[in-house]
Amino acid sequence: MVTLGRRRRRISVFTVVNTFIMLLVAAVMLYPFVYMLAVSLSEDVYVMKGEVTLWPKGWNFRMYELVLGDPKIWTSYRNTVIYTVLGTAIAMLVTSMGAYALSRKDMTFHKGFTVLIVFTMFFGGGMIPTFLVVRSLGLVDTVWGMVLPGAVSTWNLILMRTFFSGIPKELEESGRMDGLNDIGIFFRIIVPLSKPVFATISLFYAVGIWNNFLYPLLYLRSQELFPLQVLLRNLVLAGSVSSGQVTQIGGDNLVVEDSLKYATIMVSTLPILILYPFVQKYFVKGSMIGAVKG
Amino acid sequence: MGPQTCRFIFRRGIRYAVVQEGKKKYDLAKRGCGRDMKTAETNLPKAGTVLKGRSRARPERGRIARAFRRSKYLWLLFLPCLIYYLVFKYAPMFGLVITFKNYNVFKGIWASEWVGLKYYRMFFGNPDFWVLMKNTFLLGLYKLIFGFPAPIILALLMNEVRNAIFKRWVQTFSYLPHFISNVIVASMVIMFLSPTGGIVNHAITALGGTPINFMMEPGLFRPIYVLSEIWQHIGWETIIFLAALTAVDPQLYEAAGIDGAGRWRKLWHVTLPGIAPTIMIILILDIGKVLEIGFEKVFLMYNPAVYSTADIISTYVYRVGMEQGNFSYASAIDLFMGVISFIFIFSANYISRRLGGTSLW
Repeated sequence: MVTLGRRRRRISVFTVVNTFIMLLVAAVMLYPFVYMLAVSLSEDVYVMKGEVTLWPKGWNFRMYELVLGDPKIWTSYRNTVIYTVLGTAIAMLVTSMGAYALSRKDMTFHKGFTVLIVFTMFFGGGMIPTFLVVRSLGLVDTVWGMVLPGAVSTWNLILMRTFFSGIPKELEESGRMDGLNDIGIFFRIIVPLSKPVFATISLFYAVGIWNNFLYPLLYLRSQELFPLQVLLRNLVLAGSVSSGQVTQIGGDNLVVEDSLKYATIMVSTLPILILYPFVQKYFVKGSMIGAVKG
Repeated sequence: MGPQTCRFIFRRGIRYAVVQEGKKKYDLAKRGCGRDMKTAETNLPKAGTVLKGRSRARPERGRIARAFRRSKYLWLLFLPCLIYYLVFKYAPMFGLVITFKNYNVFKGIWASEWVGLKYYRMFFGNPDFWVLMKNTFLLGLYKLIFGFPAPIILALLMNEVRNAIFKRWVQTFSYLPHFISNVIVASMVIMFLSPTGGIVNHAITALGGTPINFMMEPGLFRPIYVLSEIWQHIGWETIIFLAALTAVDPQLYEAAGIDGAGRWRKLWHVTLPGIAPTIMIILILDIGKVLEIGFEKVFLMYNPAVYSTADIISTYVYRVGMEQGNFSYASAIDLFMGVISFIFIFSANYISRRLGGTSLW
C-alpha cells in the first residue's frame, strides 16, 4: 500500500509532457487575441520594430478613439444588434413551435413533415435560386432579408424536437385535463419546462447571426444596412481604411493601418470574448443534446 | 338494461369509448363520450359497431378534414415552420428549372426560353471544370485527413489530465475560436501572415530568413486553410469524444492495470475500443461532408493569385452568378455539385446504418 501511494504521487514524464501540451494548446488558442490587443494598444514605433509580442509598449488608446469615433462602426454595430435580437426572437418562435408539433406523435402527417424537413439537410436549391426567391419576395436590402431566410436551422429544429419528445406525456395530459388546447399546453407547460434548452438554442442562433457573413453579402446592398462583419471585411480585408485617418495620426502608414485594423477587430469581437466565459456551459450542454441523438 | 360501463381502447392511435351494457358491447367515438353514450342508448346499434363518425353531429368530410380537425392546434403551431421550408427551401428547388432555361431578369423564370442542357454542357466543356472539382475535393479531403484525427488526439490527452480545474480551463480556451466569426479568423490569418508587418514574417526575418508572401503562394493555400480550420474547431469537436470517454467503464482500466498494462496498453486495449463506435460514426458523417466546404472562409481567404488551388465550386458559383449575373449557368454548376454531394452524404449515411451505427434518419 505504501509503495502504491508513493507511485501515485510521483510525477511521471508523461504528466509533465502532457501538461506542457495542454498549456501550449491554451496558448495557441488565446495568443492571437492577446497579440492583437497588445499591438492595437502600442505606440507604432515599437510595432514597426516588431518588439510588441505579449504586452503593449508605449500605451495609448488613439486607435480605439479613432475606431470608436467612426460613425460607420456605430451604425453597423447597431445593425448587427438589431439583426441578432430580432432574428433570434423570430427563429426561436418558429423553431420551437415547429419542433414541438413535430415531437408530438399524434400530429397527423408528423412523419411526412419530418421527412420533408430532413431532406433539406441533404439537398437544396443552392445559392442563386434562393437569392432569386428572396429577391422576388422583396426582401433584398431590407432588415427582413437578414432575419427571415435563416429563421429555421434544421439542425437546431431537430435538437429541440429530440428534447421535446423526452418530456413525459403525463404533463400534456394534465394540461388537457385543465382544459388547455395544444397551443396552451406548449406555451404554459412545455416552454417553462424547457428554459435551459431555449437558452442554449437561442445562443446558437444569436452567435450564428452575429457572425454571419454570407447573408449580408448576398442580400444587402446599401451601406447603412451593413452589419459588423461586412464592415470588418471591407475595412480589414479589402483594406479600405480611409487614408484620412492614417495621415491624421502620422507615422508609418502600414503600421498604423495594421494597428487600426487590430483595434477594429478587437472592438467587434469584444462582446463575444467578454460574454463567452459565462455562456460557455450552455453551448456545451447544447452540443450534448446533439450527442445523444448521434 | 343491464349495468352500463364505459372504458377506452386505442386503435391506430385514435381513442374510442367502449360502452358495455350487460352482454352487448358498443364501440363509440371518444369525442364527446357523454353524447355518444346517449346515442347508444337510444339507437341501440348492433354490438361491436364502431360508432365513430356516425354519432357525430356533423358528417365527415374526408380524411384530410378529419386529420385537420384532430390536430389543428398542432398544425397551427407547425404552420410558420412549414411556410419557412416551403418558401426558403422548396421554392428554390423548383427554381432550379432556370438551369434548363436562359434566365432573363426581365422575362422572369417562366417566360425565359428553354435551352435544355446547354449550361451543363458548357460547364463540362469548361477547362476550369476539372480544376474546380479537384480543388473542392482536395480541400475537403485534406480537411478530413488532418482535421478528423486532431480532436480525437486532443480529447485523449485532455482525458489524461488529472487536475479537474486545469482541465476545465484548457477546455474553455480551446472552445473559444469556434465562436469567432469567419471574417475575423480570415482577417487574422491574412494579417499575421502578411509580408509587411505580419508577426510570422517578423519571426522569420528575426531568425535570418527572407519574408514569405504566404497568401500569394498557390501551394500554401490548402495547408493554411486546413490549419486555420483545425485551430477554429478542434476544441469544440473534442466535446463529443470526451463524452464518449466518460462512458468507458473504469473497471476495465482497473482490470487492465491488474494485468500489468501500462498507459499505452490501456489506451490501445481499453480506451480506443471503448470510443471506437463514436469515432466510426463521426468519421462516416465527416466523409459525407467532404464536399460541403464552407463558402465564407474560402471566399474571405482567397485572392486571384491563388485561384489555381483555392477556387472551389461555391466561390466559382458566387462569382459567375452574383458578380457576372449569369444566374442559369451558376445554378447549373451548383445543382451538379449538389447532386454529387447528396450521393456522398446518402451513401455515407447508408454505410453507417448498415454497420449498425446511428444514422441521421
